[in-house]
Amino acid sequence: MSDAAFDVQRWRPGPLLPRRDARDGALVFVVAVLCFLACLTALGSLAADRASRGWSSQLSDSATVVIQPRGAESPDAAAARAAEVLAGVKGVTEARALEKEKAEALLEPWLGREALLDDLPIPRLVAVELDPKGPASAESLDKALKAAGVQATVDDHSVWIADIKRAASMTRWFALGVCLLIITAAAAVIGFATRAGLAAHRDVIEVLHLSGAETGFVARLFQTRFATAAGLAGLFGAGTAAAIAALVRLAGGGQGLTPVLPLAWIDLLALLPAPLMAALTAAIAARLSAAAILREMG
Amino acid sequence: MSTDADTFPADTVDAPVLRFAGVGMRYGRSPEVLKDISFALRPGSFHFLTGASGAGKSSLLKLIYMAEQASRGRVELFGRDINAIAPADRPFLRRRIGVVFQEFRLLEHLSAFDNCALPLRIAGGKPDHYRGDVAELLGWVGLKARMHARPATLSGGEKQRLAIARAVVGRPDILLADEPTGNVDQGHALRILRLFVELNRLGTTVLIATHDEDLVARSGQPVLHLEGGRLMQYGRSGSR
Repeated sequence: MSDAAFDVQRWRPGPLLPRRDARDGALVFVVAVLCFLACLTALGSLAADRASRGWSSQLSDSATVVIQPRGAESPDAAAARAAEVLAGVKGVTEARALEKEKAEALLEPWLGREALLDDLPIPRLVAVELDPKGPASAESLDKALKAAGVQATVDDHSVWIADIKRAASMTRWFALGVCLLIITAAAAVIGFATRAGLAAHRDVIEVLHLSGAETGFVARLFQTRFATAAGLAGLFGAGTAAAIAALVRLAGGGQGLTPVLPLAWIDLLALLPAPLMAALTAAIAARLSAAAILREMG
Repeated sequence: MSTDADTFPADTVDAPVLRFAGVGMRYGRSPEVLKDISFALRPGSFHFLTGASGAGKSSLLKLIYMAEQASRGRVELFGRDINAIAPADRPFLRRRIGVVFQEFRLLEHLSAFDNCALPLRIAGGKPDHYRGDVAELLGWVGLKARMHARPATLSGGEKQRLAIARAVVGRPDILLADEPTGNVDQGHALRILRLFVELNRLGTTVLIATHDEDLVARSGQPVLHLEGGRLMQYGRSGSR
């Protein structure tokens, strides 16, 4: 606008902070990258948590029974009878006798193909699926087998489950720890970047301060500015992380990446607070920094 | 120290607008730039603050507008000890002080009009209430045709006049000016002086730090003269 065109009556106060600044771009970039990393870690920890729960659940919802045939009863007949007995126990959803071939296949990695001679007494196995809501105990299975006159050993995987649960719990806590660490680092960097941005506008702060601006007045200016920038950056970072997670979910299906780190669509909702948290962190950092700078100025 | 009928020793003025009592000031651990300064200004008075470069003129002004703190002694503004004023109250006190900074301190991203209106905006004024006053004042300091210009496009003299307009637009109780005529020609210097005198007639206490001996002589106003950080004289400009 030329000076001649300046219309006093139409004048409206201009923004007290410069509209654009190259440093703002750097702040947006840093915050976006950190939000992206924090969101990816959050998704990773959710997936790790789901995977560990899955492992524990799979093991605790099943048991294996090793049949030791007695008398004239053939191993296959003993296994079939045991399966029938076990299927009737409360807390068992399914009991299935495994064929000899399946038992051999399980032993092959340990004994080798050559060792599996026809006359080698291969133990027959019964795979038992337990009701997750009220699983039958090893004792009740053993009691039912004894009552039916079947000699067998019940393995409820309790030895493995304890180890797996411990490993799963560690995985979960580790993922959560890393996630919290990244979020804290992101918050700290947002805080530092905001402080640096604020220090760059020290000349403006000084003029406002010496003209009688209150701390709240100055803080609000910077708070709004940096919260908006960080919020947008957070949106960009979280959006990118969500897009990548969606691609992984779509590409993985049931066989790809997702069985290792199972992601659910609902997990993406966990990213929603990210832009808000980035904006809030920047707003708090801006307010504290502005107050500190004004305190230094007296 | 020489004095005359217009001198105002610190302890002889009733209800002074400004009072220095045994004030010393240093930056960090450096030697004192102001030593044992004592004086008082009556409300509505007009003084020049003179002295060579480095005599402490700007430092003395900084103490008044609370950009620095005295390392010893007592500074009272509007009857209140500056050091005892709560931080939350300082902004309201600063709004009663108009300052023309030596380096102007204009906001480069704002128009001349916005810069001039800044104190009124900070004080919570509504644009409809003050836009006419701002325009009139800018016209008075010769910036009518430059109201929308950014400071970067203004000449040194125009910036100085804008800084002066910003300092006086809120009708402060006390006006401090650090070399306000340093970058303007004689004609504008006299016009600025007239503005200060006019403001003074309306009741504003004026303290102008300057090298401009001619301006001081023309005004006939009392002078506070600093030498090596010490106040050597207060009185009429011709009495030194």
